[in-house]
Amino acid sequence: MSAQPKIRIRGLTKQFGDKRVLDGIDLDVPTATSMVVIGGSGSGKSVLVKCILGIIEPDDGSIEIDGKDVLKLEPAAQEAVRGEIGMLFQNGALFDSLPVWENVAFGLLARHSVTREQARARAGEILTEVGLAPSVGDLYPAELSGGMQKRVGLARAIAAKPAMLFFDEPTTGLDPIMGAVIDGLITQCVKGLGSTAIAITHDMASARRIGDQAAMLYKGRIVWQGEAQHLMDSGNELVDQFTHGRREGPIQMELRR
Amino acid sequence: MTDLLAPVALTGRGFLVALGMAGSIAIFGARGISHIFRPPFYVRLFVRSFVEFAYFSLPVVAMTAIFSGMVIALQSYAGFAKYGATSAIANIVVVSVVRELAPVLAGLMVAGRVGAAMAAELGTMRVTDQIDALTTLSTNPMKYLVAPRLLAGTLALPLLVLVADILGVMGGWLVGTAKLGFNSHIYLQNTFDFLQSMDVVVSVAKAAVFGFLVALMGCYHGYNSRGGAVGVGAATTNAVVSASILILAFDYVLTELFFAR
Repeated sequence: MSAQPKIRIRGLTKQFGDKRVLDGIDLDVPTATSMVVIGGSGSGKSVLVKCILGIIEPDDGSIEIDGKDVLKLEPAAQEAVRGEIGMLFQNGALFDSLPVWENVAFGLLARHSVTREQARARAGEILTEVGLAPSVGDLYPAELSGGMQKRVGLARAIAAKPAMLFFDEPTTGLDPIMGAVIDGLITQCVKGLGSTAIAITHDMASARRIGDQAAMLYKGRIVWQGEAQHLMDSGNELVDQFTHGRREGPIQMELRR
Repeated sequence: MTDLLAPVALTGRGFLVALGMAGSIAIFGARGISHIFRPPFYVRLFVRSFVEFAYFSLPVVAMTAIFSGMVIALQSYAGFAKYGATSAIANIVVVSVVRELAPVLAGLMVAGRVGAAMAAELGTMRVTDQIDALTTLSTNPMKYLVAPRLLAGTLALPLLVLVADILGVMGGWLVGTAKLGFNSHIYLQNTFDFLQSMDVVVSVAKAAVFGFLVALMGCYHGYNSRGGAVGVGAATTNAVVSASILILAFDYVLTELFFAR
């Protein structure tokens, strides 16, 4: 593929103490493609996403978005790039001191100087897009079920129509039906906005529903990358053991350090 | 030999950790202050923090001030009666309350009430990824969470302490007139004669410093908390303990600065 990828990562490393969590990650995510990153707990998936989001500063390597290395940009330019990103956190990470509508419209109020009335109206529309009644906007996050919190988190992520969307374990803690509903909404939003997406997940059914492409992270490196539909028959020993949940294989769980 | 040096090594390590933390707090505070003066300004959040500091802390600070003034009047009467110097009680009460008790006790009360709540709120936000979420929503967490609280603490505590100054003196007056038999007019005359404007200025200045310290410790420990519920609990405890110690330490420094001859 000759076209410039939306996100290009090269040689990304990050170490915490003596533990090297990312050990030279190379990854390309083409524009308007949904990339699923799988890997065991502690394999560095969340750290990878947090590096791209600018929440964690990597030790080395480059993260290019639209051909610009965001790690070398001035803070204001980094802020502008971040404005193109929406993120759905694993536990929702909704602001519990704000009502739902203000959570959804938070990015709009922060970036676009819309009035509170306009933001509230827009929040109602976005809540409808993720299958919630606009009246839910008056509730507080603590009053919502887990599935509703995920929907509100998704609504907040897509509110500013971002060019890039990130999902951290979007179906964790949900029953299978609700998980499928959330996956459907994610796919609908990503395709509808034409966004480039990266999702990290342990849920293989979810990975195949959400992803166009998939990559597996193991010991801080990308050990396989291919079509998400081939996750279950990749031919890679590491991926096969992980996706089929086999105890025996090359991946040895670190029970103690 | 190694065993003999172990306590020295332990002391050295402790000192280095303390030094590192002091530096970390200083940088955190400087970043917070710099965001107070740079837009965007979150006025609603400042007002909310100010109300939390000033309005909702008023009852506990008022009760503390009144009872402190009453106790000072009683204690000084018990001591001064032996020397026939009971006429100085109004003076003792006003100086004790305005110079020391009102700012220190209000600071400690607010550290326990608002500083703890601040650390718990920010700590919970940290461990539930809400602070990371702010970053992804083009919002600087230092500007959104820390700067309004630092400003609110610095401005709110002086107001509280002015109220505490008045109520503390009233507590002394109440005991002096109702229990100890002082003439109300003379008691108040003594109070106003002895009180200097510098005492009030220092009281307010101390309060501003203590308010900043309470907010800084609440924000610092909450913002940097780790490890779930246990981490949030530890952050809350650390915020209150460190703010209390710093209030007492800075009280000495400020007293030395303003009153030492």
